[in-house]
Amino acid sequence: MSKSTFTRRGVLKSGAVAGAGLALPTIFTASSVAAYTNAPSGSSVTLGFNVPQTGPYADEGADELRAYELAVEHLNGGGDGGMMNTFSSKALQGNGILGRKVDFVTGDTQTKSDAARASAKSMIEKDGAVMITGGSSSGVAIAVQGLCQEAGVIFMAGLTHSNDTTGKDKKANGFRHFFNGYMSGAALAPVLEKMYGNDRTAYHLTADYTWGWTQEESIAASTEALGWNTVNKVRTPLAATDFSSYIAPVLNSGADVLVLNHYGGNMVNSLTNAVQFGLRDKQVNGKNFEIVVPLYSRLMARGAGENVKGIFGSTNWHWSLTDEGSKAFVKSFGTKYGFPPSQAAHTVYCQTLLYADACERAGSHDPCAVAEALEGFEFDGLGNGKTLYRAEDHQCFKDVLVVKGKENPTSEFDLLEIVEVTPASQVTYAPDHPMFAGGALGTCNSGA
Amino acid sequence: MLGLNKHDRTLLIIVAILTMCAPFILNPFPTDSGMAQFNAGYPDLMQRFVIFGIFAIGFNILFGLTGYLSFGHAAFLGVGSYSAVWMFKLLSMNVIPAILLAMIISGLFAVLIGYVSLRRSGIYFSILTLAFAQMSFNLAYSVLTPITNGETGLQLTLDDPRILGVSATADGGIPVTSLFGLEMRSTYEMAVGPWAFQFNAGYYLCALIMLASFYLSIRIFRSPFGMMLRAVKSNQTRLNYTGLNPRPYTLAAFVISGMYAGLAGGLMASMDPLAGAERMQWTASGEVVLMSILGGAGTLIGPVLGAGFIKYFENIFSKINDTVLHNWFAFLPDGLEDAVVFIIHPFIGKGWHLTLGILFMLVVIFLPGGLVEGGQRIRRLFSKKPADDGKPAATKPAE
Repeated sequence: MSKSTFTRRGVLKSGAVAGAGLALPTIFTASSVAAYTNAPSGSSVTLGFNVPQTGPYADEGADELRAYELAVEHLNGGGDGGMMNTFSSKALQGNGILGRKVDFVTGDTQTKSDAARASAKSMIEKDGAVMITGGSSSGVAIAVQGLCQEAGVIFMAGLTHSNDTTGKDKKANGFRHFFNGYMSGAALAPVLEKMYGNDRTAYHLTADYTWGWTQEESIAASTEALGWNTVNKVRTPLAATDFSSYIAPVLNSGADVLVLNHYGGNMVNSLTNAVQFGLRDKQVNGKNFEIVVPLYSRLMARGAGENVKGIFGSTNWHWSLTDEGSKAFVKSFGTKYGFPPSQAAHTVYCQTLLYADACERAGSHDPCAVAEALEGFEFDGLGNGKTLYRAEDHQCFKDVLVVKGKENPTSEFDLLEIVEVTPASQVTYAPDHPMFAGGALGTCNSGA
Repeated sequence: MLGLNKHDRTLLIIVAILTMCAPFILNPFPTDSGMAQFNAGYPDLMQRFVIFGIFAIGFNILFGLTGYLSFGHAAFLGVGSYSAVWMFKLLSMNVIPAILLAMIISGLFAVLIGYVSLRRSGIYFSILTLAFAQMSFNLAYSVLTPITNGETGLQLTLDDPRILGVSATADGGIPVTSLFGLEMRSTYEMAVGPWAFQFNAGYYLCALIMLASFYLSIRIFRSPFGMMLRAVKSNQTRLNYTGLNPRPYTLAAFVISGMYAGLAGGLMASMDPLAGAERMQWTASGEVVLMSILGGAGTLIGPVLGAGFIKYFENIFSKINDTVLHNWFAFLPDGLEDAVVFIIHPFIGKGWHLTLGILFMLVVIFLPGGLVEGGQRIRRLFSKKPADDGKPAATKPAE
């Protein structure tokens, strides 16, 4: 049983022990002498590929990982070189980065901010990764971007479409190649006007997180500018799998267009539910009822099957593009894995190449030097035409594809057809646009 | 000393030595060897070990002593994290006020949830706590977005109105969490031959707090109050008939346990100033139940071992990929190498859940008392004496 012996001497003694214990860590605060976090010293340099391997976006994550492995192979001089041959910058030699062989570590983000940060931290602290890339959700991308800023490494965002990633949550150490919600809206609106006219009434179903919110805002703004009406915006939980209860009210709302701000498994289920409810065969206000999916991907189109036919959306890249860069990438990816790459694979492959190239041009892995090399960098030959990495917000500006579910697919990969290539100038916005306001890049952190 | 008997003092000293020397113990393999993959001695994971250790110790005060199985403990962890991050945003980057607020808020939260949930026992209690936790999760996830920033998680920004301190450092970055100027992330690296040991200030703070929590938990286990809680566990009806009202005792245990969880949440936010809603999800609540059972519910050291075990798998096994496997088995002939990699593949990388699940099943089936029972069996193998009955009741496995 307990026996309390709170004598004066006892308290003094334990106080002294506790004090010594508290003072102990201060001995260990000497900071290291390296010029920046994880400066590579040996003959190799480590990159961290942090992708969802489990959870709702696992398909995208698996495809991203394939593209990363391909990019590393090409950087180290293996394979056929892929887009390195078509890339407008010729700094990369196929001998790794700055003569160092490229190694990589992988981790599972589980599509959760906590797990993603833990995984990224272990890459930085344990494996000595000098750059972190990946992610297939904007929530995760923003969380990991914040971590990389604090730790002093570069973050090359993967699949993240929220305006906030390079808007209110932008960071000096973070860079995004992928397009965003605003761009989707700006690219889609003219096509929607041409197809459906300008007196439509829209109803939004939106995934309830940063990406859904900003995309909903963007699409609503650009369609309302056409003269459309927005009757309702309904938020659905990310974990939802059955959307029947959200679809039913659409029928009586007087809306004649349903906008699904959903991605991945969410979109597959909500679209299937909508088609089952017979929305597409209905006539409302004397017009055919239509469905729009602003962010499309081939993986989703495959999941939704027949239901995607004739449905409009936008995408960052599609394998059926015929420019030299896209053809080279599809060829080397197809040779290695036996099927064409998805847009997720494309964006992370580009990010890896862009990072490596920036290191070569900067002559260092120092995050601040790399960031400077990437800021305002103009390039071509990576499948999206002429592209600019804007210095003000670290967002890439390039052409956006408007696509439509193909009526007569010729294979299980040939599901989307490109309707229009919206030029970059049409989707460009000012860095202080209200949808992107409220954040600041801050200064680059090299962890020194 | 410290009001402990000999056995408990030994235990406390062993735990103290283990936590203080963790950077050495967890880094047994040289940095450039193939086995370096299994090293766990880097700051983030060591912090997680002790923080989840605190969480599990607290959970065990409720579950191990009273037998009330709370399925919503992650809610307190989440509440603690959010309070701590708000403290960093509004007051100062010092971790002390953040941790204090985390404990206070989670304590209040526990009073509220405990008051309602403890009106029922057994499975109904578990379901009530689960319901409250899921409610908190959903609130944090969508309704309370202005406070919690929804799915993205609450983070520090450059324009936080920090009253005691600056919004941004001189060079334009976000200030880092510290203890009176000692930065939590500062790490001293010691290179000894091929080994590199990392001593992290944040880890040592967490470790000291964990030792204090561990000590407090020993005192609770050995106190008359702890005895009363055990009485609740063994037969609550009997306790009622003797004229005692068990509810104040169970509520006190619930609140203490909730404050432990809040402390863990506050520490998590102090080490890494971000709070996400998924910290409150039922899977997170389930995880601490697993930790307790895996380590040995009702024992003092068990939950800490269980926490370490699960976090190790989550962080180490999930990072082994096929390329690493091919490196390990490169000495085998090609066909055989591929075959071996093919067999191991489902158990590593994204398959770490599977490995952990199998180990959990093995432990529950063959060591119902958890890892602690495993340790006791090994000790019994080596000592000729029959099982030492002089041991305090606390090391007995829970039923």
